[in-house]
Amino acid sequence: MKFHLKVWRQKNAKDPGRLVDYTIDNINPDMSFLEMMDVLNDELIRKGEDPIAFDHDCREGICGMCSMYINGRAHGPQRAATTCQLYMRSFKDGDTIYVEPWRAKAFPVIKDLVVDRSAFDRIIAAGGFISVNTGQAQDANAIPIPKADADRAMDAAACIGCGACVAACPNGAAMLFVSAKISQLALLPQGQPERYTRALNMVKQMDEEGFGNCTNIGACEAECPKEIKLTNIARMNREYLTAAFIQE
Amino acid sequence: MLMTMSTLNAKIPPGPLAEKWSYYKEHAKLVNPANKRKLEVIVVGTGLAGASAAATLAELGYKVKAFCFQDSPRRAHSIAAQGGINAAKNYKNDGDSVFRLFYDTIKGGDFRAREANVYRLAEVSVNIIDQCVAQGVPFAREYGGLLDNRSFGGAQVSRTFYARGQTGQQLLLGAYQALERQVGLGNVKMYARHEMLELVKIDGKARGIIARNLVTGELERHFGHAVLLCTGGYGNVFYLSTNAMGSNVTAIWKAYKQGAFFGNPCFTQIHPTCIPVTGDYQSKLTLMSESLRNDGRVWVPKSVEDAKAIREGRKKPEDIKEEDRDYYLERKYPSYGNLCPRDIASRAAKEVCDEGRGIVPSGYGVYLDFSDAIKRLGVETVKARYGELFPMYQNITNEDPLKTPMKIYPAVHYTMGGLWVDYELMTTIPGCYALGEANFSDHGANRLGASALMQGLADGYFIIPYTIGNYLAGEIFTKPIPTDHPAFVEAEKRVSDRIHRLLSVKGRRTVDEFHRLLGKIMWEYCGMARSAAGLTKARDMVRELRREFWSDVRVPGSANEFNPELDKAGRVADFLELGELMIVDALHRNESCGGHFRVEYQDEGEAKRDDENYRYVAAWEYKGDDADPALHKEELVFENVQLQVRSYK
Ligand SMILES: Cc1cc2nc3c(=O)[nH]c(=O)nc-3n(C[C@H](O)[C@H](O)[C@H](O)COP(=O)(O)OP(=O)(O)OC[C@H]3O[C@@H](n4cnc5c(N)ncnc54)[C@H](O)[C@@H]3O)c2cc1C
Ligand code: SF4
Ligand code: FES
Repeated sequence: MKFHLKVWRQKNAKDPGRLVDYTIDNINPDMSFLEMMDVLNDELIRKGEDPIAFDHDCREGICGMCSMYINGRAHGPQRAATTCQLYMRSFKDGDTIYVEPWRAKAFPVIKDLVVDRSAFDRIIAAGGFISVNTGQAQDANAIPIPKADADRAMDAAACIGCGACVAACPNGAAMLFVSAKISQLALLPQGQPERYTRALNMVKQMDEEGFGNCTNIGACEAECPKEIKLTNIARMNREYLTAAFIQE
Repeated sequence: MLMTMSTLNAKIPPGPLAEKWSYYKEHAKLVNPANKRKLEVIVVGTGLAGASAAATLAELGYKVKAFCFQDSPRRAHSIAAQGGINAAKNYKNDGDSVFRLFYDTIKGGDFRAREANVYRLAEVSVNIIDQCVAQGVPFAREYGGLLDNRSFGGAQVSRTFYARGQTGQQLLLGAYQALERQVGLGNVKMYARHEMLELVKIDGKARGIIARNLVTGELERHFGHAVLLCTGGYGNVFYLSTNAMGSNVTAIWKAYKQGAFFGNPCFTQIHPTCIPVTGDYQSKLTLMSESLRNDGRVWVPKSVEDAKAIREGRKKPEDIKEEDRDYYLERKYPSYGNLCPRDIASRAAKEVCDEGRGIVPSGYGVYLDFSDAIKRLGVETVKARYGELFPMYQNITNEDPLKTPMKIYPAVHYTMGGLWVDYELMTTIPGCYALGEANFSDHGANRLGASALMQGLADGYFIIPYTIGNYLAGEIFTKPIPTDHPAFVEAEKRVSDRIHRLLSVKGRRTVDEFHRLLGKIMWEYCGMARSAAGLTKARDMVRELRREFWSDVRVPGSANEFNPELDKAGRVADFLELGELMIVDALHRNESCGGHFRVEYQDEGEAKRDDENYRYVAAWEYKGDDADPALHKEELVFENVQLQVRSYK
């Protein structure tokens, strides 16, 4: 297969950046998108050019590191898949493919397709946990948890922190990511004592990081590789309102 | 090869097996809270082992600095573990106990692990589950609201806790959140996108590291009263493996070259059910859960001609009549059949493919066929039983395993070898510890499924917080050493010299090209079957490749920028050295045990262990780049289990 790529190249955070054209041939349809990028980089290195920087690690859809905006969609055209789970057979021979980084005010570009998502870590540090020191726990079966609650908590916990929701959102909002963690912990009995301070602190940090507001567009849910549901955002809003109310 | 008699002291506490850990805890020195605040600990790696250690040490009051090379601590390779985590909770009332988990682990490891450590691991396993549940880890539950368990290979009880197919992810997020909590409280300083490139030693003790900021390329000096290496396994020495792309040996390799002994480097686990290699461009291999062997039947055609016809696309698996198929595991191991242990299933697949009966174009692949299960149970049941696995396979291969057999082949998965550590998890360098997959670990020559997650968290949450105090109690008068100390200056110079050497070769071949070639050598000669002749040849090949690397590699860009090719080049350069040590170790061990199969030592295809001569941990000491490493032996003493031959026929 042959493709025409238009790839975002940006030397560093200060460089304005631009799209650069590449043509790549002899691509096997069973290659993953990232393997296609490997082949392109191999060619660039051999030609003495600067290879394209991109983030990746597990290459099986779980670490949340890969992050490409492909043909105007976070993680490309395939539903419920990360960039590393995208295969070239999803494209047509001769296609032109645009490859860009996540774009959001809170995710500054480091180089080419690599962005800084450390804002997510700071949101977790602000409250995305249960305060229990090692060794303080009681027996694991001491608190039975209804299977349905445990399953819903697990649904929310499946978030891989990739940031596609932010990239997909025209407002650059992080609501889906933040709400997934708030929901997971609010659904479990262990999460109750800090339930409301958690919501307040995480939302506060989210705002400070420069993420946008939610205007109910729903692009985040549509592009989320782990199919995190919008209902989490509704739950987070309830938690936040109750928290604000209790605080007053 | 230099031989040195055992100078290794594993510091195993006295007393009966079941009381050793309590005895240790009661007698270990303590550090009072005011002094803890003055002590700084460096934790390299934020996988299960590192994140749990960093969080717990910070909770105790130590000042912690944590490092990882990914953009966030949450992305460590532990995130990818699917199956589950073992613990001797006996919630199923099926006769499990600490002793049974201990025994299964020792036996599974083919009697090449240290009794006292393995027993302690089994003992603290129960606390791990309590801790994780308290953190909000959403383990699978039964309708009554209590925790669910599943069974896993190598055990007759149900002791594996799981969170869908994302157990590693959920455990890691629990530890990561505990870590971030400490970051928020100011007790841990987190350095993401940082890579440790040197260990700093002062007066024989570990006192810090040199790390490279991967965004700016700057080299940084960090002091610590102690250094914990929690940097994972080195399976990527084989290029293709189920490990994440960035998994590497660099941190522990630097420690090895500074004097930490390397334990059993050749012990590698090769997992039988992975998606086969399809092309040269391939960057990694994907694991398909071992549980598939419960219902899938493994086969290849009986005749080489049929296999050839399939490889060339002239025949399909459906065209091969029942009587022309060889269900070789069922034939060779009638009592265990498709469920024989990992190492045995892997070797058997290699054997039939070497005979020319492989069924993928490369020749290296066998069928895992669900058609009988579908006939017996119906499509829906089979689909439900294996949930996400079939769609995952289909997404990667574009073939529907419900319609045509899966194609599988063994792949490198885990490294039991690693830095040698004593009972306190300290390496042979005082103040330098190794935790998780990075140490030579509790798994002997073969690891049981669901035991790596257990070990990582045991090391980080429940062992190091006690054992490090015993060392740091003696360090309370050591003031932080300024990083302009000559030892830091020299270590930094070693790092920058090497980086400049890498950049200045300006050869013609890419880093990946060398990595691939190394992987091929290791896989061919130091993989599933090893021989003295092959290993001897491979040693020369690796040396030659290393020479070529340093004269012909092309690393683009510069040292002072975000440069992933440069990061990779440093890791591959270390793999090129490690490969040789693995070969040396494999060559010296004239026996077959667990994942280490030497073709000269077998009984009709079955591994032949030699307890009389090789019942020891091989701990290798670095003696210089051009010198042979020196061998130290830690004799393994078995007082609580009887050594026996594993048989699955
Ligand atoms: C596909 C797959 C499935 C698995 N499934 C299971 C399972 O079901 N059950 C089970 O028990 N085990 C399983 N395992 C094994 C298990 O996941 C690992 O052994 C375990 O998670 C390793 O944890 P760790 O903390 O030692 O290292 P890792 O999680 O690998 O973490 C290493 C850390 O070190 C950092 N690091 C490395 N080098 C450097 C450096 N030089 N400088 C700075 N930082 C560095 C990394 O950034 C990372 O944070 C599986 C493994 C694979 C590959
Ligand atoms: S909610 Fe979905 S898209 Fe957003 S970070 Fe989590 S997994 Fe990624
Ligand atoms: S590389 Fe890990 S999710 Fe894509």
